[in-house]
Amino acid sequence: MSELLEVRNLSKQFSSHRGLFHARRTMYAVNDVSFALPAGRVVGVVGESGCGKSTLARLILRLIEPSDGTVSFDGLALLKQRAGDMRRLRARMQMVFQDPYSAIDPRYTIARAVMEPFQIQGKRFTTAEATATVEELLAMVGLSEQMADSYPHQLSGGQKQRVGIARALALKPALLVLDEPTASLDVSVQAQIIGLLEQLRDELNLTYLFISHDLALVKYFCDEVLVMYMGRIVEAMPSTDVNPRHPYSKTLLDSTFEPDPKQRRNIEALSDEVPSPFDLGSGCAFAARCPSVSARCRNETPILSTPGRSHAVACHHPN
Amino acid sequence: MMLRVDNLGVSIGSVRPLSGVSFNLGKGETVGIVGESGSGKSLTAMSVMGLLPLINGEITSGSINFDGTELTALSEAEYRLLRGGRIGLITQNPMTSLDPLKKIGPQIDVVARLHLGLGKRAARERTVELLGDLRISDPASIYHLYPHQMSGGMKQRIVIAMALAADPDLLIADEPTTALDVTVQAQIIRLLMDLVTDRNLSLLLITHDMSVVAQTCDKVVVMYAGTVVERGTVEAIFDSPHHPYTQALIGCIPRGLVGEMRLQGIDGTVPSVVHYPDGCRFHPRCSRAEDICATIVPELVETQNAAACHFANEET
Repeated sequence: MSELLEVRNLSKQFSSHRGLFHARRTMYAVNDVSFALPAGRVVGVVGESGCGKSTLARLILRLIEPSDGTVSFDGLALLKQRAGDMRRLRARMQMVFQDPYSAIDPRYTIARAVMEPFQIQGKRFTTAEATATVEELLAMVGLSEQMADSYPHQLSGGQKQRVGIARALALKPALLVLDEPTASLDVSVQAQIIGLLEQLRDELNLTYLFISHDLALVKYFCDEVLVMYMGRIVEAMPSTDVNPRHPYSKTLLDSTFEPDPKQRRNIEALSDEVPSPFDLGSGCAFAARCPSVSARCRNETPILSTPGRSHAVACHHPN
Repeated sequence: MMLRVDNLGVSIGSVRPLSGVSFNLGKGETVGIVGESGSGKSLTAMSVMGLLPLINGEITSGSINFDGTELTALSEAEYRLLRGGRIGLITQNPMTSLDPLKKIGPQIDVVARLHLGLGKRAARERTVELLGDLRISDPASIYHLYPHQMSGGMKQRIVIAMALAADPDLLIADEPTTALDVTVQAQIIRLLMDLVTDRNLSLLLITHDMSVVAQTCDKVVVMYAGTVVERGTVEAIFDSPHHPYTQALIGCIPRGLVGEMRLQGIDGTVPSVVHYPDGCRFHPRCSRAEDICATIVPELVETQNAAACHFANEET
């Protein structure tokens, strides 16, 4: 098996206390998540706001510490690494953030922003080497070298996101975690960025974990899909051409419109009141909104069947 | 015709963000205005609502005719009667369009009291009924909630209720679902479409999302850099777009499965309002551009769709 990344029973709880006279409440942002990411694949994580997909991304890169579970990257147990080793390892696993406006220091020139990863890793360059590296990185993401001396505010959103990608690629990583890299961009710019990511994947043999709320985009871009709801993976699809079996995945698909007026959807009525993520009781988190709910769903939490390469679903009544 | 916008031009200070914007909206019709950020679609909505003075803008040419009334000639006092009365507005961000310090019920009441002259009690009964119509369960208790106690989707329903409170003929929805999750978006779209049918409303839907347009609209107006580049029925726009920009915009939508198609982005970026290119404003990014495009502004050519392109009549 050539799993680049393996996540086992990963969980993260946040607790809040609302003052002396209120009980502490626990929120399961990520709850018992397991999956594997083989080298060279693009795996999509799709879900709505608050489902835990961004927390999952940060847990995987150990930007926040998990409450439970393990992450192994290229056979190394990440959570056992010491700070120095972790920093060196991070050179091989990088992240592209959703908001390119806040991901780059506004006082840095583009050249300095792109060189920052090397500085963090303690690599020294001569001026000539640095200039060459900046040029190479900017060219890789389709930016002209003249931009090296610009500041972020002089760039458009799409250009800034290209800088974000250049920073992530600087240290020649194997894994790129992309957290909604196009969510704040116009469709024409989104298409450019996705095209760039496709090209870079082929050229540099990268592995992507692609986090998105946009199922149409995930189907277009990813080899495999994980659907998250309330901190759990509710369905793992080994390819994007299979029909979703979990009622939530089906709802998500039915809520995505086709760009074709001849294929209008008949939108089923559904409660849009998402339950509170605090103190989720036993039972399926989707039960309150699910069209095929039964008594069992309210009492017994469904477990994701056979995680791995096959189509897995966490539902008592899958389609 | 419920709304007829003809050759609308707008200036803000020394810049002219809108020019030559024309389209019609019939009774009971849904017309979508699509375009990327900076295309002028929200500014078009603001012009119809008479809100340009808020941003120091003014209408420099053209007319906006609402059900026989010329809006560009109205005084502010006359506009106030229409706004929120016969024309309702739904804004993009429900988090900021409600007063956080007031219960939501009275915020809706005030619209009916102002525009329909209802008393306190009658307005309140009407609000509760309206909330029920919007498929909000237990409207009598919801009436007493504050905005922070509600989810995003619920807040957007309240904003829709406010827009409907005075029984308008025209509803302008500016990116009504952009801030919402996809499953909630679908519910709000369903609600809006039901309202259009049940109340025979005219809806001007402003969005950047071509898929939402395909799902909801009868007619489409495609805007680019402050001008209308193409308009037509939704079928014609999606089946046989004539303007290269419309074609490119449709080519940017991800569809199908991995490997089935290659997304075609549009090179370059939307021009800034201070540097609109001469001639066709799309020509620097257009794959079909020739010399004529850089100098002569193309007129909207009436074909099956109306496209503002020098080559609109040629087969692609």
